Amino acid sequence: MQWLSASKANMYTRMYKGLISLPPMFWVAVFLLLPYALMFAHSFWTVRDGVILHEWSTQNYAKLFQNPLYLDVLFRTMRIAGGVTLLSLLLGYPLAYYMSFHAGVRKEILYQLVIVPLWISYLVRGYAWKTILGSDGVLNGFLQHLHLTKEPVSFFLYSPFAVVLMLTHIYTPFVFLPLYASLEHIPRNLVEASHDLGAGSRATFLRVILPLSLPGLLAGATFAFLLSLGDFLAPLLVGGPSSIMIANIVQSLFGTAYDWPLGAAISVCILLLTISLLFLTERLEKRWAFR
Amino acid sequence: MPAISSPSNSGTAGVLLEVREVAKRFGAVEVLKRVSLEIAAGEFLTLLGESGSGKTTLLRLIAGFEQPTSGEIWMDGERLDTLPPYKRRVNTVFQSYALFPHLSVRDNVSYGLEVSGTAKTEIPARVADALRMVKMEEFAAQRPARLSGGQQQRVALARALVNRPKLLLLDEPLSALDANLRKQMQSELKSLQRELGITFLFVTHDQDEAMALSDRIALLKGGALEQVASPREIYAHPATSYTARFIGQTNLLRTEVKNGTARWGSLQWATPHADGNAIFSLRPAAIHWHTGETVPWGAARFRAGIRQQIFSGDSEHLEIDFEGHVLRVRLHTPGLLSGEQEFWFSPLDAVAVRE
Repeated sequence: MQWLSASKANMYTRMYKGLISLPPMFWVAVFLLLPYALMFAHSFWTVRDGVILHEWSTQNYAKLFQNPLYLDVLFRTMRIAGGVTLLSLLLGYPLAYYMSFHAGVRKEILYQLVIVPLWISYLVRGYAWKTILGSDGVLNGFLQHLHLTKEPVSFFLYSPFAVVLMLTHIYTPFVFLPLYASLEHIPRNLVEASHDLGAGSRATFLRVILPLSLPGLLAGATFAFLLSLGDFLAPLLVGGPSSIMIANIVQSLFGTAYDWPLGAAISVCILLLTISLLFLTERLEKRWAFR
Repeated sequence: MPAISSPSNSGTAGVLLEVREVAKRFGAVEVLKRVSLEIAAGEFLTLLGESGSGKTTLLRLIAGFEQPTSGEIWMDGERLDTLPPYKRRVNTVFQSYALFPHLSVRDNVSYGLEVSGTAKTEIPARVADALRMVKMEEFAAQRPARLSGGQQQRVALARALVNRPKLLLLDEPLSALDANLRKQMQSELKSLQRELGITFLFVTHDQDEAMALSDRIALLKGGALEQVASPREIYAHPATSYTARFIGQTNLLRTEVKNGTARWGSLQWATPHADGNAIFSLRPAAIHWHTGETVPWGAARFRAGIRQQIFSGDSEHLEIDFEGHVLRVRLHTPGLLSGEQEFWFSPLDAVAVRE
């Protein structure tokens, strides 16, 4: 009879598991799957005379790939996101490395200093960059004061450069955090073992610390790239027309242009790009997690 | 077993490592108090002590992971404590092995050779030799995470020995292994050391391990050396009451000596000790149960009550009560004792120790 009671207990745990997973399932279904399904459906519909017609066609996707505007903007977006990723890694890695290995008692305070900007509104930080980079901004004022430039330098603001600068400022903590965590996880006796075996600081960094921090580096790079990829506020605030990004196009298609189907088609493309990138990085991260 | 050729021990079995009055403090805490120690080439020396005795700190000073507050360390006529760890011909086997998780067993072992610029053509053979020596050649391609504790231990040993260090430091390397594996690794370590002729400095808190492995034991207490001697010497002639208690079990008899006679309660025996207070260490096995045999001349004979008897297979452990003092006794004679019994010990077995 024991198998019977065992299966009964099994049934209860199954019911229990089913019950407690209902709320999250509901959440995912209503707020994630349904919107995605709607977006996916929209991307195959058409709009005529300001009315969305539920006629199925792939013309939105055709439009996307035929009109060079969209692809140009997409490539520019990826270039900007790539630049942000690279710059925030160049800033974030040395910072994380220094803090993890050499900061000593200053660790805590430095950590807080890195985190603090995350509490400040994105918009406030955007406007701050505007006042720094503008024609009569802090930077130009400073340069003129030093007589390095005569006229205000105009390309500081309203350029892809400004967008990259602002996004780097905003996403460097996102790169820093996973990097710092992965560096903190490296057992210090591995560093000692490396020195013990005759490796100096450089060899130890290249052969032990860097490889073991790759999962964090990858996670940070993924954050910076994907978050920049979907950004639309930085181009609005400091970018100007020359640095329109793909999310600005989606925004205008859903807004003033009222072409939801085309906007949905672009969104689907970006979603696919994002998912495949996440899939790829997760595979890599698994391979580089050596435990 | 293939042997890694041992480094030439400079001439005769002279002094390899010399620790000169080395002190170390961490903030207000004095972890080592002017310790001086010499290690002979080819010797197996064990730093023994409780946690907090400074044994690991001394090891880390020799490895170069810490800097002494004062004092010097010399190896083979070369000042060691001013060199960074990667320039010392010393290798360490870490307590938790510290194998590189992202490298295969083979790459872990070749690490030291690669970073020190050993000829590329020479590396594979030396790595293979080292792995064969610790019987791990079939695991060469595996990652450390897939190995058991004992196997990781062997790899850690091979990774250190492949560099042919003059001195190998071992920081409680066996403490994470279970009892059986530990015994096995002890004997393998010992035979490896004999075969390679490399000087071993071994750190442990386990006195049995220290006794089994060492040529000499350096017992540390509170950052100072309590006694440095061979296992037999330190067991037979402990210098202090602490040593006597730490190395094996003992009974400490606090006596008063007058005119060559030690008095302990109503007991007395002859001793060459000077007049005054004296502490004698008397091993449990040195107390005998009197079964009517003739006892040696001068032996101390006494009656004591049996308080407790524990059977441990090859011997009986007794606690007996003599005039309010509890004595530990180890007997090989089987059988349950009860009530009052007669015991004796030879004064020669009562070793005078310092406080």
